Amino acid sequence: MTEPEAQVGESTDRPAPTRRGVHDRLARMAGVHDNGFRPGRTLRLRVEFTRQLRRRRTQLAAAVLLVLPVVIAVAFRVSSSSGSSGGGARPGGGSGSALVTLATTGATNFALFTEFASAGFLLVVVVALFCGDTVASEASWSSLRYLLAIPVPRSRLLRQKLAVGLTLSVGANVLLPAWSFLVGGAFFGWAPGRSPLGGTFTAGVALQRLAVVVAYASVQALVVAALAFLLSVVTDAPLGAVGGATMLVVVSNILDSISALDPYRQYLPTHFQYSWLDALGPTIVWDDMMRGTGAALVYASVFFAAAWWAFQRKDVVS
Amino acid sequence: MRRLGRRRRWALVALGAVVVAGAAAAVSVTRSPTVVTRDRMVAGTPESGAPVELDTTLYLPARTPAPAVLLAHGFGGSKTDLGPEARSLAEHGYVVLTYTARGFGRSGGLIHLDSPAYEVADAKDLVSYLATLPQVLTDAAGDPRVGVAGSSYGGALALLLGAADPRVDAIGADITWSDLTQALFPNAVVAARTDVTGGPGTGAVSAGDVSGGGVFKKMWASELFASASVASSPASPASSLEAQAGPCGRFAPDLCAGYQQAAQTGEPGPGLVALLRASSPAGVLGRITAPTLLSQGEDDSLFTLSQADENAAGIAAHGTPVRMVWRSGGHDGGTSTDELVTSLEGWFDPVLLHGTRPTSSFTITVPGTGISAATGRAVAQTLQAADGYPSSRTIHVPVAGPPQTVQAPAGGSPAAISSVPGVGGLLAAAASTGVPSGLSAVPGQVARFASAPLPTALLLAGGSTISLEITASDARDATLFASVHVVGAGGTDVLPAGLVAPVRLVGLTPGAPRAVTIRLPAVVSSVPAGDRLVVEIGTTDLAYALPTAPRAYTIALTDGVLAAATVDGRILRGGQPWTWLIVGLVAITVLVVGLAAASAGRRRRRTLVAELGGVPVAVDALTKQYGDGYRAVDGVTFRVEAGQVVGLLGPNGAGKTTTLRVLMGLIRPTSGTVRVFGELVEAGAPVLSRIGSFVEGPGLLPHLSGRDNLRLYWAATGRPTADSELDTALEIAGLGGSVDRLVKTYSQGMRQRLAIAQAMLGLPELLVLDEPTNGLDPLQIAEMREVLRRYAATGRTVVISSHLLAEVEQTCTHVVVMHKGRLVAVGSVAEIAAAGRRQLAVEDPDRAMAILAAAGVSAQAVPARRSLEDIFIEMVGEDRD
Repeated sequence: MTEPEAQVGESTDRPAPTRRGVHDRLARMAGVHDNGFRPGRTLRLRVEFTRQLRRRRTQLAAAVLLVLPVVIAVAFRVSSSSGSSGGGARPGGGSGSALVTLATTGATNFALFTEFASAGFLLVVVVALFCGDTVASEASWSSLRYLLAIPVPRSRLLRQKLAVGLTLSVGANVLLPAWSFLVGGAFFGWAPGRSPLGGTFTAGVALQRLAVVVAYASVQALVVAALAFLLSVVTDAPLGAVGGATMLVVVSNILDSISALDPYRQYLPTHFQYSWLDALGPTIVWDDMMRGTGAALVYASVFFAAAWWAFQRKDVVS
Repeated sequence: MRRLGRRRRWALVALGAVVVAGAAAAVSVTRSPTVVTRDRMVAGTPESGAPVELDTTLYLPARTPAPAVLLAHGFGGSKTDLGPEARSLAEHGYVVLTYTARGFGRSGGLIHLDSPAYEVADAKDLVSYLATLPQVLTDAAGDPRVGVAGSSYGGALALLLGAADPRVDAIGADITWSDLTQALFPNAVVAARTDVTGGPGTGAVSAGDVSGGGVFKKMWASELFASASVASSPASPASSLEAQAGPCGRFAPDLCAGYQQAAQTGEPGPGLVALLRASSPAGVLGRITAPTLLSQGEDDSLFTLSQADENAAGIAAHGTPVRMVWRSGGHDGGTSTDELVTSLEGWFDPVLLHGTRPTSSFTITVPGTGISAATGRAVAQTLQAADGYPSSRTIHVPVAGPPQTVQAPAGGSPAAISSVPGVGGLLAAAASTGVPSGLSAVPGQVARFASAPLPTALLLAGGSTISLEITASDARDATLFASVHVVGAGGTDVLPAGLVAPVRLVGLTPGAPRAVTIRLPAVVSSVPAGDRLVVEIGTTDLAYALPTAPRAYTIALTDGVLAAATVDGRILRGGQPWTWLIVGLVAITVLVVGLAAASAGRRRRRTLVAELGGVPVAVDALTKQYGDGYRAVDGVTFRVEAGQVVGLLGPNGAGKTTTLRVLMGLIRPTSGTVRVFGELVEAGAPVLSRIGSFVEGPGLLPHLSGRDNLRLYWAATGRPTADSELDTALEIAGLGGSVDRLVKTYSQGMRQRLAIAQAMLGLPELLVLDEPTNGLDPLQIAEMREVLRRYAATGRTVVISSHLLAEVEQTCTHVVVMHKGRLVAVGSVAEIAAAGRRQLAVEDPDRAMAILAAAGVSAQAVPARRSLEDIFIEMVGEDRD
């Protein structure tokens, strides 16, 4: 303890003169009055956003999402200048993903490709991070109990935390394709989008389709978000919550690849994860996206309900 | 608690185990009912006076009697080709009879191309044979319940048998013909206006109706002829009729002669036409009453989709249910056994197993309309036609192009290659990857009429039509090949399924135009917006017999309209997608409503006890037992009055912190209550806002500075900024310039002081501090004591927990002593210090002791005023362990 401030002044008997101002102020304090506390005003979204946005992990996630499209674009540019160009994919032809071969067509296709490449894992981890870390990290810093002692009503705490976590998740889901669109445009031009099934989209239609893709991917992310949030509430280890939710996706994907599990596979949380691909054809086929949305909402509701139930009853001892 | 965490971990492990076990179980469950097979030669229809034996295999399911299915094989094959399908159907519960048709394999007789007198009669014999088997379910004596199915050669047999034998209950015909003359000598001319050469029918006119017939499909014909004559020669010894050596193989002589004549001239003789007519279902469709499944391949240059169209129209015209399936594959593409069997079971089960009549429907496999989530590649999807079959509609697409003169080379070579028997799909795939479509179009031989880029996507499904004016410069007949290409924005040119429609016109006047309407090949292709449709009219095609003299034709548009055939419907994924969405929306609605109702109910609860309104803390019979059975607090009751500084004193594990946790609403008591200013303390109780707390160490955000921590904490309370007393709190913390550094750089003591300052933000009425002097230096401790004393002097209340006795003694006015979860003593410091044995003050202790000892009273000398420490050790000392 070498606090210069604390040792200033003559350390004689009390009252310590360094704090004279405080003592005087305390002496002047009147009795108690209505302290202006309203449960509905606690932990407002602006406050929670400030708390989360100033965290290093938020900034790091944003940085990854911003750098990734540039890295991919540079990789495509380097490989296409050294090898042959990969245009002209048509139904049934070519090797590998049709989206890959079209990625360098222009802004829209580049955005679609980065979305396809990152939806499986990167965005999952980012969403799990935003929603899984939010309560567990407070517990690990011990700040959770001080929030509850304010008191932020428990239900409200979850609501505000979830609102911010989901907003950040949607933000990531929007940021990646939007930024990819700009990066793709800068690197490969603004040519109209081309469907992997052949044909081109006008700029307006292409943006519509991108919007559908982003919206659906965000709804799908709700499953991961909800599980991560549930784990975040029941555990004090942020890593456990993020890792647990990510593991669910991995396990679900593994099970989904076992065709012998039919017809139960379709109930796996990630079975319809990529159904937004149906929005890239000549006409949008909504069937699987409707199914995927329904499944995601059911899973999310169950996980959220469990999170609320657990947190209302939880003894906060960390 | 640690034990809870462990329990939770076990629950997760158990959940994982259940998932894995379930997956393993689902994988290991494979249907393997026993199927018994029995090979037998069955007598067929005698030929030329000699008996003919048919080589059959019977597949018996686990449970009999059962309905029967008669399976017929394709041209050039044998019963062994049908093994997988037969086994599959038998496992599904049917008695399955497969056989080798006459003229093939070990069966006797000659090939008559599904002639009613021979092959169809054989099949009738086999139906009668099935009726004699005890394992086969019968509708009446000699009438088995039987479905008949086959692909190609077998498919036509199924249709012909269905027409000839009323005992057949269901038919499945895959990739087969309707009219064999039309299939082998096609002509795409629908109508000719100035000089009618064909009937006004909806399909392509059959060869016999057009003078001069159609164009001979020579490659397919020769392929089939060769495959049957070669394949059958080594297998003939078992047959009673000796295989004929020579070019005819096991073909019947009349058929063989007809073929050879047609192959030389390119036109069918009257004898061959009569034979082919007899072998065509086209003439007998009206007699079919059994529900019929027709599936036709989209990659099929031998039997095109229009062949199935005609079958369907003919059968449905009499009210017989027809299911039409346009599937992927065909004679040019692959065929999946699973797909066929599934489709067959879907059609046969209602009729044969359940005795119901199926409804008509029409599904189309549309290639390249979906993207595989697993691979990102284009995949086919199934379209369910909106209004059943035929449900076709035409869309008028304007096409343009000047009149063009095209050359037909002498000898018909070089010729365009659109499809090669059996590998048509391969070429289509090659073209699709962007290979210049030089194969399917030879320069100078092709006239092109292109549309503008399509404004919207279009599903080409069926045969589109176009009207043209054709002028032959110096010939009286014309042979042309019409096709529709899909040309992408990037210049890619795709000929769907590699199909062309041959056009044959006769009776032309050189130099005089003839207006004709041509039905382009029936294809299924999803044309995206932005692509063009290009109608190409060529003069050559390798697969067909071509005129040998050089020609020149001028091709011009008449009205410039391509009547593109399409089908309205929706992509079929099975099941009801709406159900999923509705269930999901209901779930989320229930969640939101439930949460809102729960929190509203909680808000309405009032818990105030008025007479305790002035009492900062009233703990009543508080007990807290943790999940593992440990009682941290056991029946503790005490009160804290306003203006007191109360010390909660006890050794580690006495239950002080647990009591404070309950006081803060962090944990729920097992029983008993804690009231603060009369209000019951529970999670989120508004009265908690009147408490400032510091319990079990600081809880600060490490990534923020000390000042920002306090500012954000106050912001989180939502109370007016002016009430925060931030400066006072910061002064109490005494962090100086460090207050603007990040908290993660702080020492333990600095965090401690910042956390106490946080507890004092807003100067709460009740201040709860847990071990506040840990990590403080003596000067700071003295300072803290003075702050707390002054704080209480304002009428506010302070509760401190500590195991440092001196600390409590010097700071507090009152003390609550706890030990092992129980209350040991409560009172003012003075009372507690005075408690215990009575004291006697004497002037001379040594002398008094001596006197007392002499009087038999034991005595000991003690300090004049006993410290709280002595009392405390005395109170808890005896049962310390």
